Amino acid sequence: MIEVTDLSFTVGGAQILAPTTLTLPAGQITALIGPNGAGKSTLSRLIARVETPPPGTVRVNGRDVATTPGGLLARELAFLGQHTGLASRLRVRDLVAFGRWPHCHGRPGPADHAAIARALAEFELEPLAQRFLDTLSGGQAQRAHLAMAAAQETPWLILDEPLNNLDLAHARGLMVHLARLRDAGGSVLIVLHDLNFAAAWADHVVAMKAGAVVATGRPEAVLTGPLLSALYDTEIEVTVHGGRPLVLHHLAPA
Amino acid sequence: MGVRLWAALMAGVVLVTGLWLFQGLSGNTGFVLSLRAGKLAALALVAASVAMATVLFQTVAQNRILTPSIMGFDALYLLVQSLALATLGISGFAALPAGPKFLLETALMTGLAAVLFGTLLGRARGADIGRTILSGVILGILFRAGSVLVMRVLDPNANAVVQSVSFANFSRPSVETLLYAAALALPAMALALWLGPRLDVLALGRDRALSLGLPHRAMVLGTLALVAVLTATATALVGPIAFFGLIVAGLAQSFAPGAPHRQLLLLSVGLALIGLIGGQWAFERLLGLKATLSVVLDCGGGLLFLMLLMRGKIR
Amino acid sequence: MTRPLVPTLAALTALALASLFVGAASLDGQAGLLLWVSRIPRTAAAILTGAALAVAGVVMQQILRNRFVEPATTGTPEAAAAGLLAITLVAPAAPIWLKMIVAAVSALLGTVLFAALIRRLPPREIYLVPLSGLILSGVLGAGVTFVGWETDLLPYVSVWLMSGEFSGVIAGRYELLWIAGAAVALAWAAADRFAILGLGPEAATALGLNPRAVLRLGLAVVAIVTAMVVVTVGMFPFVGLIVPNLVTRVMGDNLRAALPVVALAGAGLVLACDLAGRIVIHPYEIPAGTILGVIGALAFLWLLWRGDRDGR
Repeated sequence: MIEVTDLSFTVGGAQILAPTTLTLPAGQITALIGPNGAGKSTLSRLIARVETPPPGTVRVNGRDVATTPGGLLARELAFLGQHTGLASRLRVRDLVAFGRWPHCHGRPGPADHAAIARALAEFELEPLAQRFLDTLSGGQAQRAHLAMAAAQETPWLILDEPLNNLDLAHARGLMVHLARLRDAGGSVLIVLHDLNFAAAWADHVVAMKAGAVVATGRPEAVLTGPLLSALYDTEIEVTVHGGRPLVLHHLAPA
Repeated sequence: MGVRLWAALMAGVVLVTGLWLFQGLSGNTGFVLSLRAGKLAALALVAASVAMATVLFQTVAQNRILTPSIMGFDALYLLVQSLALATLGISGFAALPAGPKFLLETALMTGLAAVLFGTLLGRARGADIGRTILSGVILGILFRAGSVLVMRVLDPNANAVVQSVSFANFSRPSVETLLYAAALALPAMALALWLGPRLDVLALGRDRALSLGLPHRAMVLGTLALVAVLTATATALVGPIAFFGLIVAGLAQSFAPGAPHRQLLLLSVGLALIGLIGGQWAFERLLGLKATLSVVLDCGGGLLFLMLLMRGKIR
Repeated sequence: MTRPLVPTLAALTALALASLFVGAASLDGQAGLLLWVSRIPRTAAAILTGAALAVAGVVMQQILRNRFVEPATTGTPEAAAAGLLAITLVAPAAPIWLKMIVAAVSALLGTVLFAALIRRLPPREIYLVPLSGLILSGVLGAGVTFVGWETDLLPYVSVWLMSGEFSGVIAGRYELLWIAGAAVALAWAAADRFAILGLGPEAATALGLNPRAVLRLGLAVVAIVTAMVVVTVGMFPFVGLIVPNLVTRVMGDNLRAALPVVALAGAGLVLACDLAGRIVIHPYEIPAGTILGVIGALAFLWLLWRGDRDGR
């Protein structure tokens, strides 16, 4: 479980995140949605402690991220941000292997090799394993970074807009992977732009706007026409498909 | 640009010239005066050449933080010089009269510069300007290391060569070199002033210059040739002065933003005269320092350049 | 990834053997003494210098996340020279270890200054980073030259800042370089940490590393290596730049695997330049640093522009 208490964030006098208190349930896929500039990325980065600790506290499985040693936290949560551009010239396998650093500190054992192999297989990277990252397409590189986070094999996985650059097959494949992680007892926090991915795969949705959380709950409770229309300041229709909400955001309202 | 600015500029030039010639005059007045006048002429020629070369180069490069010496022009001249020395042999080289020698070197350097920097600047479109500048700096290092290498091979005991390719020395020029340098640089300057209106069009950029009917390519190569001649003159007289041009051209731009080229060229020449003659006067006679002024100019100009980079004024 | 390791080691061994038998004096009569006092130290010095500079380069490229930086072109040697000059002026009789520490601390300050400087550059302009490094080293160098000139210490300054050479190396006068060698060993032990920092501070944090601590460690390695080299033999440009770039082109940035090859290749390059300098105008010598300036600048230009074909 992730508990966020009175967390806020200010950059140069501009408040990016209003004081927020929030609980993210363990064992579920939580989707973070909202318009541009809502503070979704900031919230996820604060939880993953890659942003300097602001006022307020974040506890991941009971551990305060501000005071827990980084090495310990790295076995509790894995994070993949949006900026994955690399100056390094690494092979795909080497990058994924770095996901095992928190566990083996550079001396991989059989368990680590197994985890690397699993992650490579999961993201269909085996044929690319010996390629250099800078020779891959954007989507392939994104998958390599996802595999690295997956290889960390942490109870919590936090992904900031991971669908960027992925084609539709791999985007769906990622969600399948996350669902499998969840079914095995893992927890996921994912920032999503595409509302229908949230509608189809998330167990829990957090909607944000202008630096504040405006709604949380089951997808069918949050992803409703009136709520989304208010959230994005534009009229949005929602229908139902296969028992889940289907957001018709690409159609002009009737 | 107001009359007051020109008046102030003229007054400044007259002031530093007067200080240089007449301050602390005693003893054999005639002899001291002629000595000072010779050095003054060299300083003035160097100042004007560097200032004009920089303004011209910035127009061609479409960039306000570049100077010929940042891009390795002066180092190229040194390399040409040492290569000439190597091919003709030390004795053969020394036997050549100063005039033809200087002309030969300058012609070689002009050709090389037009090819090399024409190509380099041709590649510098849009986002690649950083790489172009970096390449110019590296070329400068290459030329410098190359001339040290050549001179070392020719004369293993030439320890002083490293210094002579690294910074300018204002007490060097001989009268003969000065005459030939002036014979080459002054027409180049006149030509640059005559080209002023065309340079204004060139500064608009390649596409607009072409659509306005300017023979862009010829204009670029011609301007680069002028830059090469002027830089060769300054370097032959005193050696490399890395950042002086940057300071002068930057000041001229800030005094008269957007002024036409004729004014810009003259303004930067005036500022250069004040800066170099005044600076050398202060350095030699006021402070009595042993080091060369160019070291201080390198330091200050380098800091200015870094500041411009930090402010994102790369384009 | 041992494939490039073996040939590199073989080439270095051949160069080292050649280095023992080439020089102004011929090996006869007192061959043993000559070897022991001059040739072996000289060879060792070149190997240590090359290895240390190449490794310092790769460490700097990882921690600052830019392929085109290295200590020699970012003001570190000039900063070390400034420290040396200061201590020479303040306390000319100071023991060598004190001078060495002052130089190392000063080199560290210079490197930190550069690291702080490039953080203020407009982001995404990767070529501005090495460019400002070169300008910074020019500014620091001009400052040092000015002070050296005014205090009649210019000959020393020239030796520190310009073309380094090994002709003065004899037993008893190069041993500080072993400290640079130790710094290299330290870098190898921390290779994975540097590689992770190379993925970015965010990724490092996410993997449980303290990015600042790794950065500090890397800066210390760079400063120690540079200071020891400058104090002992003078500076050699471009070794730390071209060797890591060429090696990682083949091997990638998996530092733990690449670092030994980088070290050996750097040692080989410097040794080869020293050898060439001894042979070209025998019995005179050309400083290895001068040769490196030419070769290195050419290689740097090639590295800058060949990327066009890779589509990068």
